[in-house]
Amino acid sequence: MSFTTLSFALVFVLIPLILSKYFKLGLEKDTLIATIRSIIQLFIVGYLLKFVFDSEQYIYIILMVTIMIIAATQNARKKGKMIRGITWKLVLTFTLIELITQFILIGFQITPPTAQYIIPLSGMVIGNSMVLAILFLNRFTSEIKSQQDQTELILSLGGSPKQAVQNQLVQAIRASTIPTIESQKTIGLVQLPGMMSGQIIAGADPLQAVFFQLLVLFLLLTTAVFTSILLGFLSYPTLFNESMQFLDEELKQLSD
Amino acid sequence: MDHILNEDAAIYFEHVSYKRDNNTILSHINGMFPKGKITALVGPSGAGKTSLLKLCNGLKSPTSGNIYINNKNINSYDPPSLRRYAGIALQQATMIDGTVRKNLALPLILQNKSLTENEAKELLKLVGLDTDMLSRHVNDLSGGQKQKLSIARTLVNRPHILLLDEITSSLDPISVEEIEKLIYTINKKYRTTIIWITHDINQARQMGDYVWVMMQGQLIESGSISLLDHPKTDKVAQFLKGRSS
Repeated sequence: MSFTTLSFALVFVLIPLILSKYFKLGLEKDTLIATIRSIIQLFIVGYLLKFVFDSEQYIYIILMVTIMIIAATQNARKKGKMIRGITWKLVLTFTLIELITQFILIGFQITPPTAQYIIPLSGMVIGNSMVLAILFLNRFTSEIKSQQDQTELILSLGGSPKQAVQNQLVQAIRASTIPTIESQKTIGLVQLPGMMSGQIIAGADPLQAVFFQLLVLFLLLTTAVFTSILLGFLSYPTLFNESMQFLDEELKQLSD
Repeated sequence: MDHILNEDAAIYFEHVSYKRDNNTILSHINGMFPKGKITALVGPSGAGKTSLLKLCNGLKSPTSGNIYINNKNINSYDPPSLRRYAGIALQQATMIDGTVRKNLALPLILQNKSLTENEAKELLKLVGLDTDMLSRHVNDLSGGQKQKLSIARTLVNRPHILLLDEITSSLDPISVEEIEKLIYTINKKYRTTIIWITHDINQARQMGDYVWVMMQGQLIESGSISLLDHPKTDKVAQFLKGRSS
């Protein structure tokens, strides 16, 4: 595909613009902004990747992964305001999941240790880990708030902080990972996964595309479960003090 | 250390203040709860009674001042053992999702122990619940049954101090009487120290050996239960007058 052919593709932007104007939907401005932003952002990433691939220097790979982790943390931390030190907890979670997955991928020689593999797979792992972190934090916050009585009951009977939030923790971990597991059950039946479609269009053998898609799916299973569990175990202790008291006061202040 | 060792005190408060969200809930409480006795804790809503109870088993900590349990500073206890030593039963009788049996066994499950069928039945009998209730879901219980179960559950830890927060306020007269009898029996049989928050002055008179009268976060008067018939302060006289009319 060339710039010329891509410019023809702008017809697909023109159609919604005309429709929006005609039906007074008021979507023109947002459509234009979205189009311009996506063009700029993707081209920057494209050229950046081209540069990193060509240079074959690990420092650039590390730099790109670092940027991904910072961006993901920035996005997810808003959902975890009630948890003290959520920023570094997210950084730790994203960094660990990235290291573990790359260690397995490269260690078992599943993928070669080149920028071409490391960067896109890191993007998928960190991006999904971010979504999982947001889902988990949302659910965990609401579980903790709605079940304060239970937390206090278990503490009052001599239970530990972990026992006091065990149920809420499990609920939040399950609720945040179930969508990932469920979506894998129907994959390929309705819609081809984006990555696989892209590979097939770019001329790859469909079976090769399937191999890679499966690899990504398995990778995302680990990402999902690991992210919620790690974040859960890093988060719950901040809801208690050293006298094993539930900090409901702090919780109230932070969520106001 | 300026606190007086008092052999008769199960719990001793020394200049205890407690703030929450920068509001003073309790201010400069000095007083004691005698060992093996029932102390009625009375006072209008918002007097800080429930907070005081939660300080007694370390669910909350004072902002300033000291609390002594058996003449030992409360901070020297390991929190879980303190909470088993001073068990609390709250007005709302919170249950965990599941059967009566699961709720009853909860204090032991938390210690990786289990409750035998016989122990469970004995406990139900003690609080006046049918022994065939064990497999019932707690959602099917009435308010009174939940309250009795909540007391039984607290007793599983064999507490030496029992902290009761308005446990009879939502119950029918028959259940109230049963629970009063139960608490009286526990006190006499096991010499359990009992602190009982109640809105019912007659219940306080009938059940209490001692009484604390609290208002606006302060301990106004404390002493033998006869205090309720001869209050020293106008404030308390006024409060009692309002309650009995």
